[in-house]
Amino acid sequence: MKRSMLALALAAAATGFSGTAAAQAKEQFIPAAFYWVGPFAPGGSGIAAGFLDYLTLLNERDGGINGVKLTWEKCETEYITSRGVECYERLKKRGPTGASLFHPLSTGITYALIDRAPIDKVPLITLGYGRTDASDGRVFPYVFPLITNYWSQNTAKIRFIGQREGGMDKLRGKHIVNLYHDSAYGKETLPVLEKQAEMYGFKVTNIAVPSPGNEQSAQWLQIRQLKPDWVILRGWGVMNPTALKAAARAGFPRDRIVGVWWSGSEEDVIPAGDAAKGFIAAGFNAAGDKFPVIQEIRKHVYGKGKGELEDKSRIGTIYYNRGVIFAIVSTEAIRKAQERFGKGQPMTGEQVRWGLENLNIDEATLKRLGASGFMPTFRITCEDHEGGGGVRFQQWDGKQWKIISDWIPTDQKLVRPMIEASAMQYAKEKNITPRDCAKEK
Amino acid sequence: MNVGFLFEVLIGGLLAGVMYALVAIGFVLIYKASGVFNFAQGAMVFFAALTFVQLVKMFGLPMWLAFPATLLVMVAVGVATERFVLRPLVNQPPITLFMATIGLTFVLEGLAQLVWGSQPHGLELGIEDVPMEWLSQAAGINVSQFDLAAAAIAGVLVAVLAVFFQYTRIGRALRAVADDHQAALSVGIPLKHIWAIVWAVAGFIALVAGLLWGARNGVGFSLTFIALKALPVLLIGGFESVLGAIVGGLIIGASEKLAEVYIGPYFGGGIELWFAYVVALLFLLVRPEGLFGEKHIDRV
Amino acid sequence: MLYREAGQFRTSYAEDQRIFPIRQDRVAIALLLAFAFFVVPAVASHYWLKALLIPFLILSLAALGLNILTGYAGQLSLGTAGFMAVGAFMAYNFELRLPELPILVSFALAGLCAAALGIVFGLPSLRIKGFYLAVATLACQFFVLWVLQRVGWFTNYSSSGVISAQEIVILGHTFDSAQEKYLLTLAIVALMALAAKNLMRSETGRAFMAVRDMDVAASVIGIPIMRTKLLAFAISSFYCGVAGALYAFCYLGTVEPEAFSLDLSFRVLFMIIIGGVGSILGSFLGAAFITLLPIFLNLVSGFLSHAFGVDVPHAWLSNIELIIFGALIVFFLIVEPHGLARLWQIGKEKLRLWPFPH
Repeated sequence: MKRSMLALALAAAATGFSGTAAAQAKEQFIPAAFYWVGPFAPGGSGIAAGFLDYLTLLNERDGGINGVKLTWEKCETEYITSRGVECYERLKKRGPTGASLFHPLSTGITYALIDRAPIDKVPLITLGYGRTDASDGRVFPYVFPLITNYWSQNTAKIRFIGQREGGMDKLRGKHIVNLYHDSAYGKETLPVLEKQAEMYGFKVTNIAVPSPGNEQSAQWLQIRQLKPDWVILRGWGVMNPTALKAAARAGFPRDRIVGVWWSGSEEDVIPAGDAAKGFIAAGFNAAGDKFPVIQEIRKHVYGKGKGELEDKSRIGTIYYNRGVIFAIVSTEAIRKAQERFGKGQPMTGEQVRWGLENLNIDEATLKRLGASGFMPTFRITCEDHEGGGGVRFQQWDGKQWKIISDWIPTDQKLVRPMIEASAMQYAKEKNITPRDCAKEK
Repeated sequence: MNVGFLFEVLIGGLLAGVMYALVAIGFVLIYKASGVFNFAQGAMVFFAALTFVQLVKMFGLPMWLAFPATLLVMVAVGVATERFVLRPLVNQPPITLFMATIGLTFVLEGLAQLVWGSQPHGLELGIEDVPMEWLSQAAGINVSQFDLAAAAIAGVLVAVLAVFFQYTRIGRALRAVADDHQAALSVGIPLKHIWAIVWAVAGFIALVAGLLWGARNGVGFSLTFIALKALPVLLIGGFESVLGAIVGGLIIGASEKLAEVYIGPYFGGGIELWFAYVVALLFLLVRPEGLFGEKHIDRV
Repeated sequence: MLYREAGQFRTSYAEDQRIFPIRQDRVAIALLLAFAFFVVPAVASHYWLKALLIPFLILSLAALGLNILTGYAGQLSLGTAGFMAVGAFMAYNFELRLPELPILVSFALAGLCAAALGIVFGLPSLRIKGFYLAVATLACQFFVLWVLQRVGWFTNYSSSGVISAQEIVILGHTFDSAQEKYLLTLAIVALMALAAKNLMRSETGRAFMAVRDMDVAASVIGIPIMRTKLLAFAISSFYCGVAGALYAFCYLGTVEPEAFSLDLSFRVLFMIIIGGVGSILGSFLGAAFITLLPIFLNLVSGFLSHAFGVDVPHAWLSNIELIIFGALIVFFLIVEPHGLARLWQIGKEKLRLWPFPH
C-alpha cells in the first residue's frame, strides 16, 4: 500500500538520521527550527543565520562551551504550526542529552508546544514574542519569554513617547492610535494600553488591520480624520511597509509612528522606500556590525568560510543581530547550567532550564561577550521568566537604523500584576498548581 | 457627517478597487480562454515583480530594458505551463486543472525564491506616491498621483484587451475557444498556441500588477496574497468579463472602504476582509453568474 | 491470483449489501484496523504519534468532511477551517461552562454547532455554483475567525484570544499520553469514516450524488434540492467541527484562532483533490500526501545532503523541496487526474485479473 510504503521510507530516513547524530558524546544538541521559505522567510532566514553563526563562532574560537561542542540540525517550519510541531518532535531527542532548548520562532508554534514542553522537559525560549503571561515562571516553568514581553515593551514605548513629548505629565490629553495586526499577536497589547491610557490620561483609538494587511487605505483615512499625536504600529510582515507607504499617502509624519520590534527591521522599511524615512521602532537589540561580537563572527566564522549567509551585507542587520542574541542567551544558559551540574558535560533540557532560571546577564557578562550596548541587561528568576530588560528605540534614516534612545526600562509595577492574573486564570483552567519558588534553589 | 471626508473615502475606495481589478483581470483572461481557475495568478505576480526588480538590481538593467526582459521570462513561463501542465490535462474536469495550478503555485514560489532570494525589495517607478498638493489645498481631499496613474494604466489595459479580443485574429480565436473547445478545434484553431498565448498575456498582466503593487507595498512574497483581494471582485464582475473585473473592483473597493470607516468602528474594526465577500454574496444572490458573467442554462 | 472473488457467493440481501463485498477486502481492512489499533501504539515512537499520525488522522477527518460536501454533493467549499474553528472553540466552551458534560458529548455538540453554521453558510449554494460558490464560502472562513477574535466569550476573555484545551477525561480515565490520544483520535476517525462510507451508500448519499451530477436533473426526478444541499453542508460541517475539536484537544492543546486560517482550508481542499474527489479512501490518501510528503522531502533532502556531504545553503534545499512538492502534484494529476484513490482502484482491477490479463 502506498501509505505503508511512504511510512517505511519515512522511518528509514528518520532512523538513519538519529543514528549518525547520537553516536558521539560531549556534544550539546541545539535544534534549529526556522523558516527559509514563504512570506516570512526574510525574518526567519536572518535570525537563523545570526543564531547559527554565533554557535559556529563558539565552536571555532572556544571549542564549544567549556569543551562541549555545539551541534545542531536545521528543520524547515515554513511558519506553519504543524510543520513546527513536527520539527520539535523530530529534534527533541537528538544528541546525547536531547534538545537542550527550543526556539519556536512563531506564535502559533509556541502555543502548540506549551503543553508539550513540560512533559518532554525541553525549555522553550520565546524571545520577544509568544505568550505574554508565560512570564510567570510559577505557572509556566518551561517557557521563557526572555528580556521583554509585549506588555512590558508597550510600557517602555509609552515612556518613550512621554520622553519625546517632554515628560509623562505631558501625555495628558494626547491622542494615540494603536494600529494593530488583527490576530492574537496584534491584540495582545490592547489591555495594557487601556490601563496606561487611564494612568496617564491620554486617549487611545484601536484600529484593526485585517491580515495580511496589504491594503490599508481605509485605516489611514481614519487616522487622517482623527489627527492623532502618535501612531503605534503593531505590524507583522507586509503590513509594515504598507502602513508606512499609506502614511505617506495620507500625509502623516513618519517620525510620529512608533513600531513594535517586529515592525522594525530593514526588511520592513526597505520595501517602503523613501516613505519609511523617519520611522521609529522599538528594539531589544541594536543594529550594526560595530560590536565586537559581530566582528568576531566576521573574523572566525566568515574568515574561514563557514558562515550561513551568502549575502554578507545582511550581517549586522536587525534580524541577524536578533539571531545572535537568541544564541547568546541560549549558550549562556547552557554555560550557567554547566557551572552547577558539571563543567564540560553536555546538559539535559531540565538542567538548561535551571540555567535559564538563574541566568543573569549583567554589564560584566555583556562585556565578556563583546556585546555591550548590543542588548539590554536582564536577570531571570523562578518567578520572573522575563527579566525586565529595557527597550531601545531606533530611527530609520533612509539607509540604516540610528539609535535615538537609551535602554528605557519597562513598567513592571503595572505589567506584573496583569501577568500574574492572566497566568492564574490559565492555571485554574488547566488545573496547574503554581510552583512555590521559595522551595526552589 | 463630513461630506468632504465621505468623498475622500469613496475616492480612496474606488482607487483601491482599481488596484484589485488589475489582479482580477489576470484571472479573467485565463478563465475566459481555458475555463481554468488559475490559483497561480498570485505566484505569477510575485514571480514577475521579483524578476523585474532583480534584473534591475543585480544586473543593472535600466527599467525600460528590464520590462521586456521580464516579459520574455513570463512568456517562457506561460509556454512552459501550457506544455507541461495544461496539455497533458486537456479535457479533464475543472477541479483537476485548478489543482494543477496549485502545483504550479508551489513551483513558481519556490523557483522565484531559489533564483532571486527571499529578501523583500523596494521599487520606485518614478511616480510619486504622495498626496497632490493642489488638491489637498483646494478641496482638502488627499489623492495620490500614483493612484491616478494606476487607474490610467488599468483603463488602458482594459481598452487594449477589449480591442485585442474584439478585432484581432487571435482575439477572435480566443473567444471561439472560450465558447467551445471542440468546435474551435474542428474549424482549425490551434488550441495549444491559443493557450500558450493566453498564459503569456496573463503573464504580462501579472507583471503590470506586480509592478504597481510592488511599488506600493514593496516586492516580496506577500505579493502572492493580493490574489485574495481579487476574488470578491471576480464574484461580482463574473469570471469571464474583463469589463466586469473593473466594475467589480470599483464596487468592492468603494463598499469595503466605506464599511470599514463608517460601520467598522461599531464592531471593533477589521471588517473589510469579510465585508467584501458579503457584498459579493449579495450581488450573487441576485445574479448568480456575476454582473457580466455568462449565463448558463441547464438542460436535462 | 490471491485477489479474486470467484467462488464467493452471496446468498442473502444482507450479504449483497455489505460495505466490502469481497472477502479479501474485509480481511485487509480488518488487518489494517488491527494494525492501527494494536501494533502502531505499541511500536510507534512519540515522534510518529504526536508529529505525524495524530495530525494525519485529524486532517483526514476534515478532508472526509469536505469530501462529503465537495466530492459527493458537488458543492465546492473553502470554509473548512472556519467550521473546524467553530468545532474547536465550541468544544472548549462546552467543557468550560458545563464541566459535567462528558467530553465526547462536547465534541458532538461542537460538531452540531458547526453543522448549524454550515446550514447558514450553505444557503447561498441554493443559488450559486462552482467556483463562485467556493469563493463565496470564503466569507464564512473570514467571518468566523473575525467573530472568534472579536467576541471575548468564545475565548473566555483571554487577553490574547487563545484557548487552552481542557484535559480529556472519559469515564474517569485521563487521556494524556501520546498513545491514548492517538487511540482516541483513531477510534473517532474510524467510526466516522465507517459512518460516512455507509451514509454514501444510502438514499441520502445517492441523493447527494444525483445533485452533484446535475441538480436540475435531480430535482426533476423528485430529489428535494434545498434539503439535500443543506444536509450535505450540515453533515460536512459536522465532520469538520469534530475534526477541529480533535485538532485542539488531541493535537495542538493551546490554540489561537489563526490556527484555522485560510491556509488550512486550502490544504484540506488540496487533500481531497489529490486524494480523489468523491472517495472515502481518497481523503486519507490525500491527507497523507499533503501533510506527510513535505516532511518526507525535508527528511530526504537532509539525509542526502548529510550523506553526500554537499554543503548547499539551507534556503536552497527548502525551496527545492517546495518545487518538487509542486511538481509532484502536477505529476500525479497527469498520471491520474481523478486522484490517488483512483490509482488504487485501477491497481485493484489489475490485481483481479493477474496473472492472466486479457
